Amino acid sequence: MILGVAVGSVPLSPAAVLRVIADHLEGHAQYSVADAIVWDIRLPRVLLAAVVGATLTTAGTVVQVLVRNALADPFLLGVSSGASVGATAVLLFGAFASLGIWAISVGSVLGALGAMAAVFLVSRSGRALSPTQLILCGVVLSALFESVTSFLIFRGNPQATQAVLFWLLGSFGLATWPQLPIPAIALTVAIGYLLTLSRSLNALAMGAEPAAALGVDVQALRRNLFIVTSLMAGVAVAVSGVIGFVGLVVPHIVRLMVGSDHRRVLPVGVLFGASFMVLGDLLARVIVAPQEMPIGVITAFIGAPALIILIRRRPYLYGTTG
Amino acid sequence: MSLQLQDLSVDISGRRIVTDIGFTVPDGGFAGLLGPNGSGKSTILKAIYRVHRPSAGRVLLDGADLLSMRPREAARRIAVVAQEFTLEFDFTVAEMVMIGRTPHKRAFDRDDETDRAIADQAIAQAGCEKLAHRGFNTLSGGEKQRVLIAQAIAQGADHLILDEPTNHLDIRYQVEILELVSALGVTVLAAIHDLSLAALFCDTVHLIAGGKLIAGGPPQSVITADIVRRAYGTDVLVIEHPETGTPHLIPRRARSTDPAAPGSAHPLVPPAGTTT
Repeated sequence: MILGVAVGSVPLSPAAVLRVIADHLEGHAQYSVADAIVWDIRLPRVLLAAVVGATLTTAGTVVQVLVRNALADPFLLGVSSGASVGATAVLLFGAFASLGIWAISVGSVLGALGAMAAVFLVSRSGRALSPTQLILCGVVLSALFESVTSFLIFRGNPQATQAVLFWLLGSFGLATWPQLPIPAIALTVAIGYLLTLSRSLNALAMGAEPAAALGVDVQALRRNLFIVTSLMAGVAVAVSGVIGFVGLVVPHIVRLMVGSDHRRVLPVGVLFGASFMVLGDLLARVIVAPQEMPIGVITAFIGAPALIILIRRRPYLYGTTG
Repeated sequence: MSLQLQDLSVDISGRRIVTDIGFTVPDGGFAGLLGPNGSGKSTILKAIYRVHRPSAGRVLLDGADLLSMRPREAARRIAVVAQEFTLEFDFTVAEMVMIGRTPHKRAFDRDDETDRAIADQAIAQAGCEKLAHRGFNTLSGGEKQRVLIAQAIAQGADHLILDEPTNHLDIRYQVEILELVSALGVTVLAAIHDLSLAALFCDTVHLIAGGKLIAGGPPQSVITADIVRRAYGTDVLVIEHPETGTPHLIPRRARSTDPAAPGSAHPLVPPAGTTT
């Protein structure tokens, strides 16, 4: 974290960073260049990256159990593209303008919930909810939502379009303090709630029927997990755009490290997801400095090879019987 | 500790799958649920463990209505060993068995000494000590089945439901698994494919065909050539097991079927492929 704050186009020593933070915490901030860089630009950015990384990881972990598929992440189920539609509508057409800085969050959370609800309803066959249908519907509706986003961009005015495209690529470049509370609170609440469910998540990982036999109310659990992941993904997309691969890859890396027991996977995932994203954002800033790479490029470049190496070393984890 | 089914009917997507099933498994009894593929055996079991909601009838546990209990409460009374399956995310055997404790734990409860003692005991009882640190997905079919039974033991229920526990297992594991289950001393209801094997282990058997209960009682009275023909639409020879005296099936080639064989009346399923 400190490293993330220290490194940048104007390098600062870790000691200088700590001094600025300490000054602020003690309430007598110095008005220096270092102060402005650390407190106003880099610190909120690093904290936001950490929160979003943790949120995407947690949402990914839960969605993978929800559909019993290792390839799932919130993007696959259309949540993120739904959130994009909501946020794009806000950016381009000023929907919910009366809500001020909350407008994008509200827009993208509504978009995410709408997408989740659509996927959920479409994939219901009779009463049972089949994971395969869920994924297929998610993929199809994802594509549809992406088209809606494209359509909105096409119809919007060119200047706003620039902002939307930048935002769709995913970035923490515009992070400010007022953006932090919503995702931080959302993450804390969601993690707290999910930790109370970690035993049920373990049972659900066995499959719907074994979970029912273990006394889990499967339908209610699935519905609640659906809502929680939509909220998390919606909030994350609202503040940072669409950042791929974290929700898919980090949960697997965590499972490979600590096993599948969600009482360990969830907390470790929060820490690891946060670190992963801070590091990714750091690389995004320094690799082509003073320009910035989109963070999604970095996460894909690190995530893809890391996961492939891990899968090849531990084939059993992914249902291949020897 | 008895398990009683009363006039149980289940509809799935508007179609009646099983109709008016009623029988009782006495305290400590080992009951077999027999019947052809698609006859409704699994549906009956799933209605008991809440995957399907019965459209009529009741399931009683010591006279108490099982389906009106809260799910956790019911899971403490009745454990289930499903058919062999593969996990998408691998758990170790020790973790799998500990998941059996789920219905006994509240949200933030840790695994305490009691849980660990129960899990260890369950692992020992099911003979899985050497497997404890292996990943579940690395095990053979028979080993997996043992682990699932250990999980059910750890669940601490006095009733056990098994859905074709010996499917896909070789002869050694078939016998071992059923020996293990019958030694647990709990009330057992098991869907079993192999009629001879069922006859060897079950006190009573209930034969389902076309979603209806067509015979029930001790294996000798249910597993007869006549009843098997009615249920399965195929001719078999039934002999006595030389050691136990229980009925044992010998299949016959379709072409050797004698049209004048006794008891060809009222087949529920027309004998497919037989030549007259």
